[in-house]
Amino acid sequence: MTDQGGWIYSDTVKDHFMNPRNILRDEKGFKWDGKGKTGNIKCGDEMIVFISVDKENNQINECKWQTYGCASAIASTSAMSEMVKGMDLDEAYKISPKDIVKELGGLPDNKIHCSVLGDKALRMAIDNYYVQNGMKEKVTTKEALIICECMEVTDHEIEEAVLEGARNFNQLQEITKISTGCGECRQDATMLMQEYVNKHFGECSI
Amino acid sequence: MQQRTVYLDNNATTPLHPEVIKTLTEAMENYGNPSSLHQFGRHSRTRVEQARERIANFIGAEPEEIIFVGSGSEANNTVLSSLTCQPVGHCEVGCQSSASIVTTNIEHPCILESAKCLKDRGMTVDFVKVDRDGKVDLEEYRKMLTPNTGLVSIMMANNETGTIQDIKLLARIAHENGSLFHTDSVQAVGKIPVNVKELNVDFLSMSAHKIYGPKGIGVLYVKKGVAFCPLIKGGHQERGRRAGTENTTGIVGLGKAIEMRELEMESEAKHLLELKQLLKEGFSASIPDIEFVGHQEDCLPGTLNVSFAGAEGEAILLYLDLEGIAVSTGSACASGSLDPSHVLLAMGLEAESAHGSVRISMGRDTTREDVEYVIEKMESVISRIRSMSTVYHGRN
Repeated sequence: MTDQGGWIYSDTVKDHFMNPRNILRDEKGFKWDGKGKTGNIKCGDEMIVFISVDKENNQINECKWQTYGCASAIASTSAMSEMVKGMDLDEAYKISPKDIVKELGGLPDNKIHCSVLGDKALRMAIDNYYVQNGMKEKVTTKEALIICECMEVTDHEIEEAVLEGARNFNQLQEITKISTGCGECRQDATMLMQEYVNKHFGECSI
Repeated sequence: MQQRTVYLDNNATTPLHPEVIKTLTEAMENYGNPSSLHQFGRHSRTRVEQARERIANFIGAEPEEIIFVGSGSEANNTVLSSLTCQPVGHCEVGCQSSASIVTTNIEHPCILESAKCLKDRGMTVDFVKVDRDGKVDLEEYRKMLTPNTGLVSIMMANNETGTIQDIKLLARIAHENGSLFHTDSVQAVGKIPVNVKELNVDFLSMSAHKIYGPKGIGVLYVKKGVAFCPLIKGGHQERGRRAGTENTTGIVGLGKAIEMRELEMESEAKHLLELKQLLKEGFSASIPDIEFVGHQEDCLPGTLNVSFAGAEGEAILLYLDLEGIAVSTGSACASGSLDPSHVLLAMGLEAESAHGSVRISMGRDTTREDVEYVIEKMESVISRIRSMSTVYHGRN
């Protein structure tokens, strides 16, 4: 009757979910050099990433985390925390959800959203480290760009919508309400959406 | 070693009653079309009508008031869609497309989506709010009814919380306003006593697979004399009210399921209430910061909705799944959207509470040992999730 093989996630996801690595349980006992927090409890997921840094070599010593999140958020952050150990800060900064999803052996499309939190929080932790160590110029946090003036929809929101599953303009509109005012941004929005689809789903087939 | 499995998702669907399996197996041999006049057809017809009579009797209706449909969703869709038809051609119903509808914002998606569709077609649809316990706000309900309100549709028992509405009162208020009254009773019929005469409703929807019957068969009760327009048009089956060759196997299976309900419902309800009490006491004693959601008295006997602070529902569900325990959650992550349960939000729960909610729905197979196992595993799952939680960290 029991069909463990038919679990909705890959074996790697299951392994990380069952035995999550590098959870920060004792906040006082861990000396961190950078901390980043993202997500929102209202949306059902929140993530905090802490890093300790080998300052001579600019490498991540340890990456610890806490989350209020679902199975894929837990698994993807656990996998990421292993991936970035000993990694150069510049390299770690470039880790994308696609890299994490690949490491996990794939996630269902509508779960990609959950793996975005970990890498986002990691970049914020690295930024936080840069700011605290006099390297403010290295912080490259992008400002959001408004694409739809009427409904004030930003490029970030379009990217989020793609990660939530939007693949055509109608789906994008359903999620973001984009282009429901004057409608002038429709072409730009469609092109941008396609870019994000390629960015996140271009190579990795799930 | 075979892992222990505990199925606590009976509001999603139930296992078939062993007696129903026997009946279904035998009924599958009858292939005659009930509309045929020869002996094969006549035999099927007899079985279908026996089932109809039993079901009618169970809910206090007349056999000719029972229409077999494909599901609870179809029954609900039929009622709502019948309001949009235009009184043209040879249609004798003469329903008014300008009529408006009043329903609630805790209904099943098949009502909410149908209502949304009617709205898109230009009809007025109003949604009554519910209170923190999930009960309809009577004051607002009364205010919402206008001379134009053609139909009121309110569910009898909610699938997520188990909260039961006072349908008799709500129907009376609707009738005083001259409106027809429909109740989606998919979660109620077969779990609590339901009598259409006593409640005085015009339409009622029910389903077989929530009460140990087969999937793919439901019933729409339509009170005699009430205007009705079929959703599925075609042949003369079901007195012209639902075209398509009857699902004879399903109908006979539902008849048997109802027969078993007659025998078991009362004692089962008593048993489930005891188990629910055990669950509540067990959770309260072993897990801090929990909230039982929904009305705690007017509630389906086997349904318990509980919210765990600082723990996300999908994670709870999947950790329990690894222990062999099957439950359901109001968390967004489990539904694939970003919004948690519309029912819990409508009740005024914080998004965090909704994301951390778990629905346990017990059934006739649930034992005391199952409940003890769940209490034990829930405690370890919740403390495990809370130990990595951004919001609960350090609170215990």
